[in-house]
Amino acid sequence: MDLVPIPVKIIVAGGFGAGKTTLVGSVSEIPPLTTEEVLTVASTGVDDLTGVERKYTTTVALDFGRITISPRHVLYLFGTPGQERFWFMWDDLARGAIGTIVLVDTRRLETSFAAIDFFERRKIPFVVAVNCFEGAPRYTADEVREALVVPDHVPIVMCDARDRDSSKIALIRLVKHAMSAVSATAARVPSAG
Amino acid sequence: MTGDEGWYDEAAGPLVRPYTITSGRTPSENARLDVSTQVMTLRSEQEPAGLGPEHLTIVQLCRRPVSVAEIAVYAKLPLGVVRVLCGDLIERGLVITRSPSYQPAQAPDLETLQAVLDGLLKY
Repeated sequence: MDLVPIPVKIIVAGGFGAGKTTLVGSVSEIPPLTTEEVLTVASTGVDDLTGVERKYTTTVALDFGRITISPRHVLYLFGTPGQERFWFMWDDLARGAIGTIVLVDTRRLETSFAAIDFFERRKIPFVVAVNCFEGAPRYTADEVREALVVPDHVPIVMCDARDRDSSKIALIRLVKHAMSAVSATAARVPSAG
Repeated sequence: MTGDEGWYDEAAGPLVRPYTITSGRTPSENARLDVSTQVMTLRSEQEPAGLGPEHLTIVQLCRRPVSVAEIAVYAKLPLGVVRVLCGDLIERGLVITRSPSYQPAQAPDLETLQAVLDGLLKY
């Protein structure tokens, strides 16, 4: 059984164009791959002109990369599909994951609200990584925290998603954050029992 | 457009509907494999009989451990189809799998996290 490594996952979330695939690509040991999930979904909202709920099949693209941690562990990085109507896929992706990097573009802060809300509600460890695009306004971590209403315990890191080391630092920050979350939970167990 | 493609175009979708390969079966809950689940083919003396070409592709791909997501990419199949086909291979004892550990909590344990941290620091 030890021939087969234990897979671990980190999710990379954020609004459209925040740089998710860029981050996955810069730090992955393989060029980012894309696979597809065929889904049957009920159509509601903008493309529903009749008021009758219809079902249709669609494909959702999933980008991912890989880092071989050791002979025993292999880490996968999954970019979340951006469109809001596919969020139910996020639950599957997040199950068993170490946590999430929520990538933020300061020019479009509002596009990351939904992702932050999603992982906060589910108590999935996450860090906010501010992707410092060239020409985008620079803010301090405190300013970003205030604008996004991110709790104090959630780390905020500045990064350049194109840069391997910068992306790596965001991953490391997340793993440390997840470790402190696990420790905190473990510490609570005796008093609960 | 070449002759092979006939009058189909991209908008018409694939010529073989994805779940035709699985005889219409969709992934069942108990055989739910994670996108990161590692699949590895067990050595066997002879070529297993009664498998479809897609099954055989997976058997060949997984001589070394490969994730479900990577199988989907290399076999050019949707994830859901790969899950069903891998389920068949598990049932027949042709592959072994390893999924992310998330018992008892939702997240990996401290030991795993420490190993990932150490690995990333060296990466």
